[in-house]
Amino acid sequence: MPETSAFLKLDGISKHYGGVFALNNVHFEASKASIHAILGENGAGKSTLMKSLVGVVHPEEGSILLEGQRLRMSGSGDAAEHGIVCIFQELSIVPDLNVAANICLADPPRTRLGLIDRKKQARLARETLQDMGVGLDIDVHSKVADLPLSKRQIVEIAKAVIRKPKVLILDEATSALTAADVEPVMALLRRLRDEGTLILFISHRMHEVEALADTCSVFRNGEHVETFATGSRSDEEIVQMMIGKPLSQIFPEKAGETPEAPPYLETSGLSWNDKLKGVDLDVRPCEIVGLGGLDGQGQQEVLQALAGVLRGVAGHIRIGEQTEVPNGPRGGLTEGYRVALVPEDRKTGGLFLPQSIANNLTAPILERISPRGVVSGSEEHARIDEMIRTLQIKVSSADLAVSTLSGGNQQKVVIAKWLATKPKLLLLIDPTRGIDVGTKQEIYRLLRDLANDGLAILFYTTDYDELIGLCDRALVMYDGRINAELSGDQLTEQNILSSALNMGVGAEERVS
Amino acid sequence: MRSSGIFKTQGRTLFAWGVFAILMGVFLSVHPRGASLGVFTTWSNQCAALALLAVGQTIVVLSKGIDLSIGPIMALANCIASHLVNGSPSEIAFGVVIVIATGAICGLINGLVVVVGKLQAIIATLAAGAIFTGLALLVRPIPGGDISVGLSDAMTMEAFGVVPSAVLVMLGAVALWYPIRRHPIGRSIIAVGSSEAAAEASGLNVARAKIAAYALGGVFAALGGLFIGFQTLSGDPSIGLTYTLNSIAAVVIGGTMLTGGAGSVVGSIAGALVLRTIGSLIFFIGLQPLAQPLFEGTVLLIAVSFGATRLLKIKNRMEVFQ
Repeated sequence: MPETSAFLKLDGISKHYGGVFALNNVHFEASKASIHAILGENGAGKSTLMKSLVGVVHPEEGSILLEGQRLRMSGSGDAAEHGIVCIFQELSIVPDLNVAANICLADPPRTRLGLIDRKKQARLARETLQDMGVGLDIDVHSKVADLPLSKRQIVEIAKAVIRKPKVLILDEATSALTAADVEPVMALLRRLRDEGTLILFISHRMHEVEALADTCSVFRNGEHVETFATGSRSDEEIVQMMIGKPLSQIFPEKAGETPEAPPYLETSGLSWNDKLKGVDLDVRPCEIVGLGGLDGQGQQEVLQALAGVLRGVAGHIRIGEQTEVPNGPRGGLTEGYRVALVPEDRKTGGLFLPQSIANNLTAPILERISPRGVVSGSEEHARIDEMIRTLQIKVSSADLAVSTLSGGNQQKVVIAKWLATKPKLLLLIDPTRGIDVGTKQEIYRLLRDLANDGLAILFYTTDYDELIGLCDRALVMYDGRINAELSGDQLTEQNILSSALNMGVGAEERVS
Repeated sequence: MRSSGIFKTQGRTLFAWGVFAILMGVFLSVHPRGASLGVFTTWSNQCAALALLAVGQTIVVLSKGIDLSIGPIMALANCIASHLVNGSPSEIAFGVVIVIATGAICGLINGLVVVVGKLQAIIATLAAGAIFTGLALLVRPIPGGDISVGLSDAMTMEAFGVVPSAVLVMLGAVALWYPIRRHPIGRSIIAVGSSEAAAEASGLNVARAKIAAYALGGVFAALGGLFIGFQTLSGDPSIGLTYTLNSIAAVVIGGTMLTGGAGSVVGSIAGALVLRTIGSLIFFIGLQPLAQPLFEGTVLLIAVSFGATRLLKIKNRMEVFQ
């Protein structure tokens, strides 16, 4: 263990919203030069804890001590003065400024006249990226809005690293990275630790936590449950600590045999722009098929093309009886296709955040529950109650704004609203991103139940565990094509990784 | 930088200047006196006040705000100028400082109401605009007053006998903005407009940036009011009305996004020139002056449509909404 005296100490921190404690008398210590993982379900208080540390949230009670000094902060500017910098889950970069301006945003280099020195700024940004060893292909002059999500996340990390923090907080900061970038970022974090930084690390990816963290702390319901050295507890024990009840198995049992029914979806030579270069796939009823591979190999585009979101898609497609794609998400509601797409970002494409849960749930089926042109109240209530029951959405009232729900329950609302259209093919983009283990498990169970009831499911996930644990077949994409189809014993992490990197299934070398 | 870069990043600004160049060409060809310095001077005098307001509005819009009181601030400044900007050189200088300070204070009040009061800019500045108009009426109930003839002549004739002073005023407005843009304050204005959450999370002072944007908007409005005074040699509390909406139209024609974060002051000046040149053009072609809003509206609609052409190229339907 590194130094024993507490570098960062939280003493009796409490914060409540209404009658609910987000943090309840939390005592927590972390040492200098260590990587400290914070584990817990969504709503366990992790984010509130981190927001307290950067001065965005003000706890009602307790104190925060850094190097023995009590901190008083009124905003993230103050926190940075004290050397505490957070890489947020919600991106904190400015889309209309270029990469260099974003990296230097908090403290831009100035000329003698007090103006921003753009040359020096570009140089600093390049040096930071070089020093980090990732994102070397990023042009520091390009606008951040033009970069893909994974590159933006790298800019986000660079923006924090350039401030040389004493305490660096990562809130799910690796979830948007491509698989190829995760390893260098991990190496960077290890180096920062060795240089003396305390890194607080929130992640739902257990294998990342195991690979990276020295110490883990588990939170549940706003309380600090336990802190222990990584590796001293089994996965089972950790999950049990997080949810407070024993967890038999994360993934439901698979169907086993390939269903005999003819495929509901068939494509051959599916292509679009330069993103899709001839995708051949099929999905049968009762089957869960996963799309995997490195980020940005065309997985999202396949799903969007099938849902009719993309224009100018070429190739042969058959969905049900139809040999064409629906004309936009509305088209999927018609009798012939029965396609529903659960989009990537529940906060933008999935939900009307300020509107009620009820309004969100019935949005796609309004016409069906409006027999005489007016929404039938009784019909609507019946549907809403049914959906809330089936998906076990935890709500006190369906009239509350959907933004008041936790991330996991929001995702359930998104899935419920599309299931209400009674689709025969369900497309999902990363449905469990940023969701706690307990809700993940419920969503896995739900998807398996739906498949058993005859739904054909095609989903894209960045989580290899899901491909292996949940899918009957995994299609690994590389450069706009399906590079490998894996099922049964072939469906292993090594095979997924090697075909994701285009090395061929069964490659001898172990890829790390 | 790459050669195609300027079209990609400044396309809308160039478009506005292109429209302006065409209109200007037509205007000069129909004008009985053609391209002469006198014609340019008269024309630029008509443009300058709106151009100044457009610059002010652009700064507010860049911060994702909007200032519906920019016309009334201009009128109030104009009325105060008609009391104070005359007499000895030191009295004139004092008057000019007071007028500009008035604009800054009005803008500051707008900013404080929006930021501290957490009101929506559109309603807060609408109410503030009514208040500023009321103040202008108190300061000068009927048009009149007196503004230094010497200074007015200097500002509305030609400098060194070669360039209309009003053109220099417009260039000066740009020259004022660019150092601000490259100052951390200017960058935080753009950052806030582009993504307020990101700016806050980055530790930028969001409140200060927004208040600064409104205050700067007020300063440029006051400069506009001052310039109107130089043209008319008097104060008039009722001049503000059309200027507010025209300043927004100029901003849009110039390619600044009303959603904040992206745009250019230079484009907005082109937008102001386009609107004013249409007015002059209608006069010289001999069309009904009453038809002017019809033509201005048409140009505005065309400009906005051109700005939206990129939507036609988008092959992913969801990106249309981003």
